[in-house]
Amino acid sequence: MSKNKKNLIRIIVSCVLFAAILVLYKFTPLKDFAIVEKDGFNIAEGIKDYRFWVYLLSFVAVYAVIGYDVVIKGVKNVFSAGFLDENFLMTIATVGAFFIADYPEAIAVMLFYQVGELFQSYAVGKSRKSITELMNICPETACVLRDGKEEVVSPDEVEVGEIIVVRAGEKFPLDGIVIEGSGSMDTSSLTGESVPRSFKEGDEVLSGSINLSGAVKVRSEKEFVDCTVSKILDLVENASSKKAKAENFITKFARYYTPAVVICAVVLAIIPPLFNGEWARWIETGLTFLVVSCPCALVISVPLSFFGGIGGASKQGILIKGGNYMEMLAKARTFVFDKTGTLTHGSFGVTKIYPEENKDEILRLAAICESGSLHPIARSIIEYAPKVSADGYALTEIAGKGIKAEKDGEVILCGNAGLLADNGVSFEKTDSIGSAVYLAKNGVYEGVIIVSDTVKENAESAIKKLKYQGARTVMLTGDGSAIAGKVAGMLGIDEYKAELLPQDKVAAVEELLKEKKSNETLCFVGDGINDAPVLSIADVGISMGGIGSDAAIEASDIVLMRDDLSKIAEAKAISMKTLRIVKQNIVFALAVKLAVLVLAVVNIPGVMWYAVFADVGVAVLAILNAMRTLRTK
Amino acid sequence: MKKVYKLQDLDCANCAAKMEAGIKKLDGVKDANVNFIMQKMTVEFEEGADAASVMAEVKKTCKRIEPDCEILGL
Repeated sequence: MSKNKKNLIRIIVSCVLFAAILVLYKFTPLKDFAIVEKDGFNIAEGIKDYRFWVYLLSFVAVYAVIGYDVVIKGVKNVFSAGFLDENFLMTIATVGAFFIADYPEAIAVMLFYQVGELFQSYAVGKSRKSITELMNICPETACVLRDGKEEVVSPDEVEVGEIIVVRAGEKFPLDGIVIEGSGSMDTSSLTGESVPRSFKEGDEVLSGSINLSGAVKVRSEKEFVDCTVSKILDLVENASSKKAKAENFITKFARYYTPAVVICAVVLAIIPPLFNGEWARWIETGLTFLVVSCPCALVISVPLSFFGGIGGASKQGILIKGGNYMEMLAKARTFVFDKTGTLTHGSFGVTKIYPEENKDEILRLAAICESGSLHPIARSIIEYAPKVSADGYALTEIAGKGIKAEKDGEVILCGNAGLLADNGVSFEKTDSIGSAVYLAKNGVYEGVIIVSDTVKENAESAIKKLKYQGARTVMLTGDGSAIAGKVAGMLGIDEYKAELLPQDKVAAVEELLKEKKSNETLCFVGDGINDAPVLSIADVGISMGGIGSDAAIEASDIVLMRDDLSKIAEAKAISMKTLRIVKQNIVFALAVKLAVLVLAVVNIPGVMWYAVFADVGVAVLAILNAMRTLRTK
Repeated sequence: MKKVYKLQDLDCANCAAKMEAGIKKLDGVKDANVNFIMQKMTVEFEEGADAASVMAEVKKTCKRIEPDCEILGL
């Protein structure tokens, strides 16, 4: 039987017993035994009366049923560890209630406390479960081919280079290369992207994604510990060791809070009665203080909130390496982007063809000339243009200028402005951004193709979202100012710094770090490949599309599993929500505790009940609130 | 050297924080982390420390703070 179930039964049994003795002593002839309740009861007289002992012992018996473990633990801890834990505090508080002859209250408080503990334990168990379920991306088994037979083993027993068979609906247990079969896989648990990704023979597949097609054979490329899924789990699980400031504050606070309240309790229980003699009233105040002195609600809810936030973010393909980064991201005001590879694809593409009406002919001519070339610009034109046959054309490369193609007296020129000028072709120079490839046929200018690095599809909307959140955006690039200005304008980026060498980027970020206000942070977004130094000097370094790249995961504080800029605004929103919940919990718990302390000094009736609520009730509410961080979108 | 241990019946977050602080102070322990949510404990040993004897101390510390909590795999 589980611990919770046992405790539940115990609580029910003691409730019944408690109700029974209350009824017996109130409504049956046994009420004569309740001499303690009578006016003018004198303890010196009372202890000579057997009825007093029966009455007392019956309450002690019920108290023992409900609270024996708390008392034992409390006493043990105070002797072995020498510190006050909540068990000890509850023991003192309830035993104290016995001494001021408030027997039903002693039991009721203990009962209420146990109910609260049960709820708390249940809530913690529940949240643990939902967090671990969230991270249930780990494959349990791998089906490996050994000597032509399939063997089911644990993924960490598979060696590099072995062949594994993955059937439909199963998770890929290890990172590997597909050697037989093709189809599509669901990578949503890794990247948060719901659209299945297709794969064919020779493609890399990542552990943790689910095979949606028929059985495929995969050659493992890495040991299980180095696989994507292990890396992600490790990162998320260890994120809680990088503690946020709020968390450190709470741990520190707890260290002083408890002793301070306990000292207050002792002082209040002793000093005022020395002057007015109201011992019972002030002892009750002191006992209430003891119950409120436990910092558990705070200590439990703050890390839980951060962990929930980190777990929720990982579900969206955003890996955050610690609560501290979450805290900093929530305060981020300046977002610095690397241009190439982050805002743009980092590869060439045809962006413009001029004149538009002659497009097909221009592309045809260009494709003929570039057919033999491996230059990235040439490749991007060939990819863009419809397939043509270059048979029979004699291609001559003119170094640094372009290509000449000849066939049956037809002469095609394809290259930069210099090539056309050299051949006496008259043409208009274009001022478009990017590399211009001019074309001429038989000495007549045909048109121009502009090839440039293309901007990512959702970059503009992602920048807009960040600006909506109040961010200042800066772009860094090694390109010339003209290109930089154009790209920045297109995306709506506030500022840009152009013509930067890699080392200049570090200096530029350092300068921006100096400019920002001290309560704000700076966030650098890069592709994680060649900007590791910048990632590490920024307050928060975010790398994009880091899936499978160890260097990127190593260098950055937040890794976006998918190459999707809109995830940055989402990560910020999740961080802000988490921080908000953390703040709510801290303020709520402290406010309730403070209120109860005031009520205890004023000594309103039944204040002990409020005190138990301030302890366990608040803890349960704070845990439930913390669990909201798990829900993203 | 770093080792990870699973914990059972770790019910109180404040105890986890206290356990972590207590373990960090032990001889032979370079760093320690008690993860209340995952119920896991990571202990990083000092260079040349005997893991078994250090862990015996760690166990004692844990028992003193939270008698219900068991370290698995020792």
